[in-house]
Amino acid sequence: MSEDIFQGYKGSALELLKKFSTRVWGQAEVETTRGTFIGTILPRSENDDDQHVVMKIATGYNVGIDVATVLSMKETGYKKANYKIPEKQFPVTPGLPKVKLFGTGGTIASRLDYRTGAVIPAFSPGELYGAVPELADICNLETEKLFAVFSENMGPKQYIALAKAIGKEIELGVDGIVIGHGTDTLHHTGAALTFMCQNLPVPVVLVGSQRSSDRPSSDAALNLMHAMKTAGTADIAEVMVCMFGPTSDEYGLLHKGTRVRKMHSSYRSTFRTIGDTPLAMVNREKVTPIHKTYNKRRNDKNVRILPYFSDEVTMLYYYPGMKPDTLDALVNAGYRGIIIVGTGLGHVNKELYPAIERAHAKGVHMFMTLQTIWGYVHMFVYDTGRDMMAKGIIPTGNMLPEVAWVKLSWILGQTDDPDEVKRLMLTPVNDEITQREPYNGYLVYQGGVPEVENFVKKVHK
Amino acid sequence: METAFDPQANYEASKRKAGYVSRKNATQQNYDRIGFMSGLEVHQQLLTREKLFCHCPAGIYNKSDTYDAELVRHMRPTLSELGEYDGTALMEFKTRKEIIYRLRNETACTYEVDDTPPFPINKEALEIAIEISLLSKLNIVGEVHITRKQYLDGSIPTGFQRTAIIGVEGQIQLKNKTVRLIQLSIEEDSCREISDIGHIRIYKTDRLGMPLIETVTYPDCVNPDEVKEACDYIRFLNRSTGKVRTGIGSGRQDVNVSCRGGSRVEIKGVAHTRWIPELTHNEAFRQWSLLLLKEQLKLKITDPANWRIESRPLIPDDDQLMYAPLAQAIARKQPVMLIRLPGFKGALSHFTQPGKCFADEISDRLKVIACLEKPNLLHSEMLKEEIPSAEWKQFARKAAAGYDDALILVWGPEADIPTALETIEERCRMAFEGIPPETRKSFADGTTIFERVLPGADRMYPDTDSAPIPLDDKLISTLGKNLPTDIIQRYQQLQQWAVPEDTFTFILSKNLYPLLERIVNDFQYQPSMVGTFIGHRLKNLMGKKNNSRFKPGKIYHLFEFLKTENLDPVLAWHMLPILMEHPRIEFESALTIMKFKRVADADIKSKISTLLQKFVPIKGKTDPKHRQNWIMGQLRKTAAGNINLTHLANYIISTEQ
Repeated sequence: MSEDIFQGYKGSALELLKKFSTRVWGQAEVETTRGTFIGTILPRSENDDDQHVVMKIATGYNVGIDVATVLSMKETGYKKANYKIPEKQFPVTPGLPKVKLFGTGGTIASRLDYRTGAVIPAFSPGELYGAVPELADICNLETEKLFAVFSENMGPKQYIALAKAIGKEIELGVDGIVIGHGTDTLHHTGAALTFMCQNLPVPVVLVGSQRSSDRPSSDAALNLMHAMKTAGTADIAEVMVCMFGPTSDEYGLLHKGTRVRKMHSSYRSTFRTIGDTPLAMVNREKVTPIHKTYNKRRNDKNVRILPYFSDEVTMLYYYPGMKPDTLDALVNAGYRGIIIVGTGLGHVNKELYPAIERAHAKGVHMFMTLQTIWGYVHMFVYDTGRDMMAKGIIPTGNMLPEVAWVKLSWILGQTDDPDEVKRLMLTPVNDEITQREPYNGYLVYQGGVPEVENFVKKVHK
Repeated sequence: METAFDPQANYEASKRKAGYVSRKNATQQNYDRIGFMSGLEVHQQLLTREKLFCHCPAGIYNKSDTYDAELVRHMRPTLSELGEYDGTALMEFKTRKEIIYRLRNETACTYEVDDTPPFPINKEALEIAIEISLLSKLNIVGEVHITRKQYLDGSIPTGFQRTAIIGVEGQIQLKNKTVRLIQLSIEEDSCREISDIGHIRIYKTDRLGMPLIETVTYPDCVNPDEVKEACDYIRFLNRSTGKVRTGIGSGRQDVNVSCRGGSRVEIKGVAHTRWIPELTHNEAFRQWSLLLLKEQLKLKITDPANWRIESRPLIPDDDQLMYAPLAQAIARKQPVMLIRLPGFKGALSHFTQPGKCFADEISDRLKVIACLEKPNLLHSEMLKEEIPSAEWKQFARKAAAGYDDALILVWGPEADIPTALETIEERCRMAFEGIPPETRKSFADGTTIFERVLPGADRMYPDTDSAPIPLDDKLISTLGKNLPTDIIQRYQQLQQWAVPEDTFTFILSKNLYPLLERIVNDFQYQPSMVGTFIGHRLKNLMGKKNNSRFKPGKIYHLFEFLKTENLDPVLAWHMLPILMEHPRIEFESALTIMKFKRVADADIKSKISTLLQKFVPIKGKTDPKHRQNWIMGQLRKTAAGNINLTHLANYIISTEQ
């Protein structure tokens, strides 16, 4: 017997299956000290223990059987399940925009993998059409799987590959690009692509789903439709993140890749534009801009692909009482760039000063960002700020910490000249630093306050 | 079309032909003839402080218009792990409902609306479920696997219910038979529906997520009364733990029914067990009658595979159709479709349930699947004439309908018409096959309407958000130690004690057996006396307004008091109303209110000799019995409660001898 017929089983459970010659997907009768169980043996998730065998009973439920209680086992039949998303030819409709979907491994449309209990993405146009047939009314779709990694494993290598793939696709004359992506680091990728793909002639839309598409209430299908609509028809030629506006199935928001942040671990409406309003709203019918100015769609192919990224940049999240050795350790480890995430207007304690001086002396580029997420770094207000600037820390305005990390990495991939680094860092590519914060750029309302409660009751948040 | 066709007569004739008898007149032979078969899915809320997968309070309910926020979801079918879409799932998708959830911050958190993954399962609930599984003689699983069971009607915002099997293959012992159990699962309760009109369905989320168990039986019941008995048994068993919720909506059952050659049809959400007999009776006969229709259609329609409906838009003259719903639709510029059903004459008015015919089956589906509010059709065999038969003749000409055809008029929003036509054709074609497996909604009059296509095992998915929970032998044996006795044993004990049979349901359903047993064991009172007190006196008074909050446990202390004070237990009958009216009153004060005076046995008995002397016999009544009765009459008021009156009467007789 090959290993595959005991998918996921190990230790005692594997021994038991072998002993009674019962395979995964085999129909089995199991006699135990707790009575008889009849059903189909299922693969076991690799991270679960070796004390139980999983079985699907006739009513469709799964149950686990304690190995220690098993008296005997008999395989009475065999039927392997066939996971397949119904694949239908994606129809080509003349007149609809041509959209390219790049896959990176998110769960935008998926099926279940029994072995790991995880979800396998559905990806080919045929599979996507089978799962979300409405897409065919929006665009003519082509797909390409660039890699299959979880969001948290996206990194410099993938940013560069994506940027190059975008360049190639624009060269081929696509009307818009959608990138399916896990949500955890969607905003990091959004920033990276903004810096790497400049002067875009078409929309580049990053999209994911907060609830994987193996559940009926998933946001995946609607997000996908919104993203395709944006990529195919929006006049906005920028790198954008397209995710739910409210948690309700109503509309999506388009956020600039440089100003967006994931703000809740599980909410559907987790992505928010910070310190500004989102670029636009999108539903299945249309894209409605919120911003008055944006980079408009063009007919040329003059995109500039700048696929640089240094892996020698790190972040330091300050906490009260932080000791200088933390900073020293990073410098000694060879990091050339450090994004400090400071308190309030951009502060760290005096105890760190000597370490900051040592780092500066070694040519380490240090920039200040904020734990407050909202607002500007303002290092002139207190002595501490002025001290730090004197010691070589450069404030980055209202650049988000993650964006600053991405940008410095991108810059250090190109140059090491301190003046040039500083100039590039403080010259916005696409609003990573804005000149002004509009009054409605900071809206974190508190529940319980009567007027907020009134608002929440009337508006789907 | 034949002009003399009488739909009412056809309805009655098909009813006779199907051999329909009312339940009152039905015998086991009637049920055996049609092959009555039924099983149950009994739902019971568990009495826990919190919900099953989050820390919201359980058992707090909100009014429909009391909410803090609303959100909107749509449900879309997903693929099962076996690679198939579920039939119900596809149907629900067709209906394209906008689902609105109302939530109140007090009773729902971000878990209920699926914006936060589940917290670990409520251990209190899990243990109650295991206890009840043990009582149901089920084989307890080694590991609990949380499964997602798809519900695309929106009753759960995730689109699935988290549910898990605790035990399989058990049994319950009824009076005269054993009913086998398939399984018991623990699951989260669903939302409560506020309204469902057109394409918008509104739910509230207070009940959502409360722990619930579902006990599923095999279809072992062969007549309606057996189904009710099995259901009562399971409910009494659940309540015997004292760890389940009681009151409206805390116990609900789905009843599966079929007849020979029929299909499993699930009657959902039966609120009272007393509804079960009429509902199952009617459902079995509905199926039987539809099988008769199948046979009749077979004779007329030789090529069912190529049977199609024929539809054309009807452009009525302004004043042609006086039927109000149709006139309104025309005023709203909604399309009206005239549909010809070839060979369907006599089918539309074919009997299905009391007062209902086959056309209602179509109408029910149009409401659910095509979202057309009722009344949503007119047909050429209406039991109640809504438009004159002259009109139908005109329609018949327009539709080129032949002698054997039937006609339907349907109207509604333009976007829903294609689904409506599909639905009509689909339901008619199903008539060739037999009985569509479906879930049906129940009404108090014993009839049902279509609710959904019956979902299959294809809608089960493992819950990727939860880890399996091992149940080791130690836990199970600990939980098995304090189980209540079986309902059947309690039933037999009550019989043995000669407790009147008409008290059993109250005693078992309110789980008062343990109270009765304690009173009998601790104070050696007559079980039949205590049983009667509980099953008659207590039941009677609890049924009265304002008394429902009385805690029956107080009765134990009442009998304890009477025993210690050496008073006649008959006093309990008189004291109970006072105890209910004044929940905090002491027993002694209750006696004072009754103007009861304590007199010692000896004092009462000592008066007998004086009374004997005072007795003046009335003319002609010289029998000692008259004297004894007179003495008893003199003493009764003082004696009542102080001394057993029978005992006293016997004592009087004995003193004379």
